[in-house]
Amino acid sequence: MEFSYVPIVLSLKVAFAAVIIVTCTSIPIAALMAKREFFGKDVVESVITLPLVLPPSVIGFMLLYVFGKNGPLGKLFEQWFHTRIVFTLAGAVIAAAVVAFPLMYQSVKVAIENVDQNLEKAARTLGAGELKVFFTITLPLALNGIVAGLVLAFARSLGEFGATLMIAGNIPGKTQTMPIAIYFANEAGDTGQASVLVIIMTIFSFLVIYGLNRWGKGSRRDSRGGGA
Amino acid sequence: MEILVDIQKKLPGFELEVNFETGMDILGLLGASGSGKSMTLRCIAGIDTPDRGRIVLNGRTLFDSQKGINLPCRKRKLGYLFQNYALFPNMTVEENIGFGIGDKKREERMAIIKEKVKMIKLEGLEKRYPNQLSGGQQQRVALARALAIEPEALLLDEPFSALDNYLRSQMVKQLTENLADYLGVTLFVTHNMDEVYSVCNKLVILSMGKIEAKGGTEEVFRSPPTLVSAQLTGCKNFSLAKYISPFEVEALDWGITLKAKNEIVKHIEFVGIRAHAIELALNEKQDNVFRCWLNFASQTPSRITTYLSIQVPTLGKDGYHIQWEITKQMWFELKDKPQPWNLRFNPDDLIIV
Repeated sequence: MEFSYVPIVLSLKVAFAAVIIVTCTSIPIAALMAKREFFGKDVVESVITLPLVLPPSVIGFMLLYVFGKNGPLGKLFEQWFHTRIVFTLAGAVIAAAVVAFPLMYQSVKVAIENVDQNLEKAARTLGAGELKVFFTITLPLALNGIVAGLVLAFARSLGEFGATLMIAGNIPGKTQTMPIAIYFANEAGDTGQASVLVIIMTIFSFLVIYGLNRWGKGSRRDSRGGGA
Repeated sequence: MEILVDIQKKLPGFELEVNFETGMDILGLLGASGSGKSMTLRCIAGIDTPDRGRIVLNGRTLFDSQKGINLPCRKRKLGYLFQNYALFPNMTVEENIGFGIGDKKREERMAIIKEKVKMIKLEGLEKRYPNQLSGGQQQRVALARALAIEPEALLLDEPFSALDNYLRSQMVKQLTENLADYLGVTLFVTHNMDEVYSVCNKLVILSMGKIEAKGGTEEVFRSPPTLVSAQLTGCKNFSLAKYISPFEVEALDWGITLKAKNEIVKHIEFVGIRAHAIELALNEKQDNVFRCWLNFASQTPSRITTYLSIQVPTLGKDGYHIQWEITKQMWFELKDKPQPWNLRFNPDDLIIV
């Protein structure tokens, strides 16, 4: 059988889209969780982190329920956008985003908490409102953690298998991402296709981890000098 | 230009209760760590909130628990100098200084930045980041940044505690110069009595959240009204005291009776004298002359602290009645002289509380 690049392209599309969604949602939520106290915060925190420990099949099942034809959000999508989520690439994006969200969220939250609160207080004494404090002080100083979270979320999205398979299925050329293609190529005895994709995934994942480690060491050295 | 502070706040272990007023002076808030002095400053700045009370700056109410006024930090217009300077590490020197005046026109802003950079003598380093500056330079940038917003009051929270001794005295001098042109209230928090003495003309002494003394710096140093304020202004020698007559006090721990210059009130607790105020007696006929024996001594590069017993030759290992600080030169003249030495507790210098 001939080698197909399509799963790689689909995976990249899914991962990029998922990372955009995760970035836009995780930063404000992480900021809120790091800075504000409210009733039931621990419960919210647990719910947000849940996808990190739940089996992918459980997440897939829940997503199918919520976004299915008769699910609450599935119906809304049907009415407003006349599209379906199940068995489309949109479904794969949602699955990847849900699974990658806690990774980025944790990373961003820790980074925001680690910003010296005296700096934020200093900014306030200089007349800065909360938004200015956040965008000129907190966010730039948390950038290392945000980028690290972004890379982790991207890698996780790229490798998402279980939940994606349940909600988006295995439609070659439409929803068949790399991990799914590897599984089915192997099932069908197409070791050639499977092993090329395996090598690509492994090299990519290695580079991500290696890069993060190297970069982490570098930025720790910087901060010991007292700044950026 | 004046500030009125009258606040209470429950803190772990004690209740903070301070009230003072001050005008265009540099007012020192002196206290040990954990005395509530920094908290007082933070309450004034609006970083923390008092439980009750009122803070009024130049007729503007910043906080009033009865009227329910609590102006947010950013609207108080106070310059706050943080202990570790809190310079923004992601911004250059000029960006740091310009941070609080972003609403001004560009040319105006640049002019202010230029003027402040000149004031702190950092011309040429405008594009540096804080981590490329020395500790002293960082502190000057923080001061310039606080002054750039033309604050109605300047709050300095232990500004010298992160500096080494050599730099400290230099910086104290520079700060005093930089503050000379500042027309506003300055509050200076520190645990260091030398800094207070050289920087501040008025003083409030805090201990466990309560005011122990307030007044002119020299006056408080000359006659601190309580034991704690005497200790915090550096007095090291104390004895339990008993009232004998309006001008005589018995120092129970030292076994001597001392004559005082000012009239003594009946309920007194302690009598004390500063370690450098004790003097060598000219003759035995003077007031308050006692025989003292050297028990041991310790030295710093410039001064010697001798540990003496009064009227008895020794008090056993590590025992002593009083500390007497003398210069190295005096030590060399004195150390081989036969003991006991006749020392005088000048009635002028006694601290009776």
